[in-house]
Amino acid sequence: MSRRRVVITGMGTVSPLGNTLEDTWSALLAGTSGVVPIDSFDVSAFSTRFAATVKNFNPEPHVAQKEARKMDMFLQFGLSAGVQAVEDSGLEVTDSNAPRIGACIGSGMGGIAAIENNAMLIAEKGPRRVSPFFVPGAIINMVSGNLSIKYGMKGPNLSTTTACTTGTHAIGLGMRTIQYGDADVMVCGGAEMVTTPVGLGGFCAARALSTRNDDPQHASRPWDKDRDGFVLGEGAGVLVLEEYEHAKARGAKIYGELSGFGMSGDAHHMTSPPEDGAGAALSMANALKDAGLEPSAIQYINAHGTSTPLGDKAEIAAVRSVFDGSLDNISVSSTKSMTGHLLGAAGAIEAIFSVMSLRDQVAPPTINLDNVDESCAGINLVPHKAQEMKIDAVLSNSFGFGGTNGSLIFQRI
Amino acid sequence: MSSIEERVKKIVAEQLGVKEEDVKPEASFVEDLGADSLDTVELVMALEEEFETEIPDEEAEKITTVQLAIDYINQNLG
Repeated sequence: MSRRRVVITGMGTVSPLGNTLEDTWSALLAGTSGVVPIDSFDVSAFSTRFAATVKNFNPEPHVAQKEARKMDMFLQFGLSAGVQAVEDSGLEVTDSNAPRIGACIGSGMGGIAAIENNAMLIAEKGPRRVSPFFVPGAIINMVSGNLSIKYGMKGPNLSTTTACTTGTHAIGLGMRTIQYGDADVMVCGGAEMVTTPVGLGGFCAARALSTRNDDPQHASRPWDKDRDGFVLGEGAGVLVLEEYEHAKARGAKIYGELSGFGMSGDAHHMTSPPEDGAGAALSMANALKDAGLEPSAIQYINAHGTSTPLGDKAEIAAVRSVFDGSLDNISVSSTKSMTGHLLGAAGAIEAIFSVMSLRDQVAPPTINLDNVDESCAGINLVPHKAQEMKIDAVLSNSFGFGGTNGSLIFQRI
Repeated sequence: MSSIEERVKKIVAEQLGVKEEDVKPEASFVEDLGADSLDTVELVMALEEEFETEIPDEEAEKITTVQLAIDYINQNLG
């Protein structure tokens, strides 16, 4: 029996560059930075005082104010992106198809703000002041849960949490769920909002963040010699994955095919990759094998590229080892130079950017790439400006703390 | 200072996301104002906060309408 094919029929996002897909995509192609000073709490004592935040977000009309009030912000971002994706797909959930429609939307850290706020309440006023909505408003699987309640989706209801690979794994596992036959449609992605004292403090303490406080918009600079860490981002990305025949039968708009998914583990260190990027290479190679493609079939890689000294180098080493022989025909860019690092949502918005690059035949740029690291010699990193090019297949990478790796391949159909 | 009735109605409207004019004395939180079991727990917490009191769980369970909330506050804080 041939494998069931999976296509993308809807997408939605809330990002540091805009609260809709089209706003985000046009800002991305224009090379806009979404990084700003943090003004939602007093950051004067923190070593990093900026982030790529979501601006002017209003949960309505996608989430009623009454419901939104009970949800941590990551849930509101995720639901807003999810509703946008479902609306974009034109999918109608009916009594007959509901058992075949599911969701798999994850988060790296979940409702950190809700945990902080309720911990403070307990300390100040005692346990009776903990909100009854604290748990359902903070746990990681509640984007999938709330979306299924809103639309009546009765198929598999899942969530992933694999640090910065969460979004990529959610999409990959959604793809497998459809391929295996457990569902015909899976609404997949990731959501994150940890721009809070504990979230920021934790990443500052891990020495993971850029400290370019005097020049935040140039702080996220993947592969640049002067990169000094990632920039915290926030937001959500959600994609509607659908079995190809199911999508065709209802006359759905098809953006492209999700043809490959690869995973691996570094088995190396809690927060750092091995220098040779062996785990990243295995993840990419597994995705190529899954798609049945030779490395030379890929024209564009949306890299993990977080702007950390070690991570960027390891990923390029991995790309060199996997794509040896076709490096002249491949372009690699990091959209995190503009969006910052959305952690558990990163893989999801970057999957969306990968699909959009197929649709519009353009690779978004790596901004702030003024002095390219020597390790990247000979590779087109799409510096400063978007580049129009023929793109038939895109690979998107995500790598997370714990050494958890994932790669997705999208193709034109 | 607003009356107890006005303060209760304002909190009910805020907590349950309904208009203040719909918060009639006889209105049931669950049947008329769309609250679920978690909403009613949070509503009682908001009343405790507003009136700086503690409502025991067995008493809280009996407060199912706007008037019962007003009565409880009047009797226990009057």
